[in-house]
Amino acid sequence: MQINSEKPIETIQYKSEVKNLSFYYGGFNALKNIDMVLRDKRITALIGPSGCGKSTFLRCFNRMHDLYPGNRYEGEIILHPDDVNILASNVDPIEVRMRISMVFQKPNPFPKSIYENVAYGLRVRGIKQRAILDEKVEAALRNSALWDEVKDRLHHLAFNLSGGQQQRLCIARALATDPEILLFDEPTSALDPIATASIEELITDLKNKVTILIVTHNMQQAARVSDYTAYMYLGELIEFNVTDTIFIKPKNKQTEDYITGRFG
Amino acid sequence: MKSVNNLEEIRKIIGLHKKWDLIFMITGIIALMIAVLTFMALFAHMLIDGMPRLSWEFFTSFPSRRPESAGILSAWVGTTLVMLVTAFAAVPLGIGSGVYLEEYAPKNLLTEIIEINVTNLAGVPSIIYGLLALGLFVYQLGFGQSILAAGLALALLILPVVIVATREAIRSIPVSIREGAYALGATKWQTVSDHLLPYSSAGILTGIIIGLARAIGETAPIITIGALTFIAFLPPSPVKNEFPYVSFEWLTAPFTVMPIQMFNWVSRPEEAFQLNAAAAGLVLVVMTLAMNGLAIYLRYRMRKNIKW
Repeated sequence: MQINSEKPIETIQYKSEVKNLSFYYGGFNALKNIDMVLRDKRITALIGPSGCGKSTFLRCFNRMHDLYPGNRYEGEIILHPDDVNILASNVDPIEVRMRISMVFQKPNPFPKSIYENVAYGLRVRGIKQRAILDEKVEAALRNSALWDEVKDRLHHLAFNLSGGQQQRLCIARALATDPEILLFDEPTSALDPIATASIEELITDLKNKVTILIVTHNMQQAARVSDYTAYMYLGELIEFNVTDTIFIKPKNKQTEDYITGRFG
Repeated sequence: MKSVNNLEEIRKIIGLHKKWDLIFMITGIIALMIAVLTFMALFAHMLIDGMPRLSWEFFTSFPSRRPESAGILSAWVGTTLVMLVTAFAAVPLGIGSGVYLEEYAPKNLLTEIIEINVTNLAGVPSIIYGLLALGLFVYQLGFGQSILAAGLALALLILPVVIVATREAIRSIPVSIREGAYALGATKWQTVSDHLLPYSSAGILTGIIIGLARAIGETAPIITIGALTFIAFLPPSPVKNEFPYVSFEWLTAPFTVMPIQMFNWVSRPEEAFQLNAAAAGLVLVVMTLAMNGLAIYLRYRMRKNIKW
């Protein structure tokens, strides 16, 4: 495993450092000694065949595994600038989830209005003032390129939106609370090509605003949107580098085989 | 080698196989008819016997020795008040237990034993609940043979129904919705109160109504705790003219309920009382069907905005 990056990218500071992370579902060792970094306000993609552990890895970042019994982390995920290990048992997973938002594979709006969906993260944080809520909801919907489509029906049910709009609503919901890192778990796998294109465009636009970690089974998507790419296989991080390097001249034979479609 | 199959033969085989479809269909319809027609016949018989007795006076009269002037006033008032107590006790206990078991309880042996017990409680004969209520509520806690004791006994009886309905309604909410709430930083309680309970309310409400519809017809536990079979007065009114305007005296009043009134009439030798029983039965069946209808309607209304 090597973390090679060329200048001037080297100068971009780390938002998060993963140190010797292993993860267990009961007795099953799903992640093995992963070392990686997330660079601040850059997009990092996780690729690899089904079952390689990329979603498991992503869900370590917001301690989603804590919801189910029998899961165990080893190692550290350090979050900068305060250098806290978010996997430490004395760190409340709820606090972690307030700092790191997530967008799921299938759009999962709540059966509430568009407005209430976006405002929910703020309400959880105890924000009640209408003016602040209005302002944050509008900003989040603008940032997720949904505002113009829904501004006249903010109080309609979110289920009436199309699949692509629902996913952008979920992105707005995740953005409304100003997360430090935004996690995407195969955000376009349930969408048609046009909706996928709009989501990809949106993710690219979000760069410079927030640090992004995205899991994708679609290599072209990783190549299109990400600055860094990590290739995983059977719970191990095989290669991690600048996206162009991974796709043009990967150092590892396994990575090359996967990228060129000879396997996976 | 022939490239075309022998169509003649294939058609014969298909015809033979389809015969079994027909045979099963006829058997199925007969089986269904036995169930449906039996109920219809019972209902029609009750309708013919009881309908002529149904009048305004029947609902506003106390039971009497003269069948033509006897009514079900004390019975329906008693049933209503007992159901009120049952609902007030069973709803918070049932929903609370269901939510705890589904969302909070650690997955261990103890929880598993409790879960199996709750599910099996639904199959315990109702008279056992009557005995429990007699020992616990009537004697131990000193509630006497009252509306309170009866309501609590029936609440125990339908508690498993409410718990199971609550758990199933919560479990039918997709994992993605629950994870979506947690991912935004919601605590367990925020997830339960903002999402799980509102989205499962239709299912929970259906469970409550089905449970109450079962309780309304229960006779054995009520007889066990000693409801009166002949009662010619009403419990004290819950509403008062002077401060504090509400009174809970009715909770400790003696009472009777619809099925017991029916039982009492059926056991009389006079033919005219049988007709009274049929009329009371008709009222009881209509009450039960109305409650089930309400459950179906509410489920439809509340699920209209939720699709997964």
